[in-house]
Amino acid sequence: MIKKALAVLLLAQLCTILFSFLSVYQEPTSLNAVSSHYIHNEPKELGAANAVTAVVVTYRGLDTLGEVTILFAASVVVGLLMFLHKNESAPRRDGSELLKTGASLLFPLILLFGAYVFINGHLSPGGGFQGGAIIASALMLTILANPNRHVGHGFFWAIESISGFVFVLLGIAGLVLAGGFLDSRVLPPGTFGHVASAGLIPVIYIFVGLKVGAELSSVVLSLHGKSEGGVQHHD
Amino acid sequence: MTSTIAMTTGILLVLIGLFAILTQKDLIRIIVGFSIFDIGVHVIMISIGYISDATAPIIENLSQLGQSYVDPVPQALVLTAIVIGLGISAFMLTFAVFMFKKRGSLDINSFRDLKW
Repeated sequence: MIKKALAVLLLAQLCTILFSFLSVYQEPTSLNAVSSHYIHNEPKELGAANAVTAVVVTYRGLDTLGEVTILFAASVVVGLLMFLHKNESAPRRDGSELLKTGASLLFPLILLFGAYVFINGHLSPGGGFQGGAIIASALMLTILANPNRHVGHGFFWAIESISGFVFVLLGIAGLVLAGGFLDSRVLPPGTFGHVASAGLIPVIYIFVGLKVGAELSSVVLSLHGKSEGGVQHHD
Repeated sequence: MTSTIAMTTGILLVLIGLFAILTQKDLIRIIVGFSIFDIGVHVIMISIGYISDATAPIIENLSQLGQSYVDPVPQALVLTAIVIGLGISAFMLTFAVFMFKKRGSLDINSFRDLKW
């Protein structure tokens, strides 16, 4: 009880601090220098309609590489910990007929939508991370429908490794053929607003999408705990 | 005005998340609290990038460049932050599974190894 009172007291103080910041906050009416540079020079330099994608993939491309690496580390650690403490649980109840039929109907459509989102990442809201998450949600739906089905990890590890490798290779191609690491001006900018435009940005985002989709899928599979290929652990 | 509403929502989400982290006893609920906290921080960051009466930073054609756009940099940052938050959530959930397999319970009162 006293712990709860202390927590409420702490939160009340935090609330006062945060709202006192909010009361003096002035909404800006113009962009700062860096953002203004990105917005106004990016369409001519890179040719991507979505300025956020240009920032994520090219101007701050190294951040994105680090981010994908963190996601990779998380998926490896989750896989490793679940692999070390693997014990076969009792068979789980199958999904209902409605869920099974719906899942098998929706699976290809969700994959298609995920691919659409990451291929159009430089033109519309979306991109590799969002598309990858949508793809992983398709796998999650099939797992919910058939909880006892064994899905192999190997396929996802292969896609993950290949697309990570290609991502770094494309970055090095930018270093050799254009201005620097992960520079997307290796390919010509193309017509502004078309799918085949913005140089390497859609290519990089396709591989980011595949990589993120494979990583999130393998996290989902690891947490599901029914993947094949692990040794049985007995205490 | 718009950013004030968004920021208030963000601050409330942060407070709700922290309250859950501080008072809940169940590991899964603490992880959900962490996720809510994370989302609150993201909403605050996005609302800082808002410019009065500006549109999303998606340029339809080159002649519209004079229009005012919101700041793309916080949005790119939040994209990174969401992915990292997801990695951390997955990691914490793995530990919760781990603890449940070891102790058969998710109640933090039953983990007393560091108490004396």
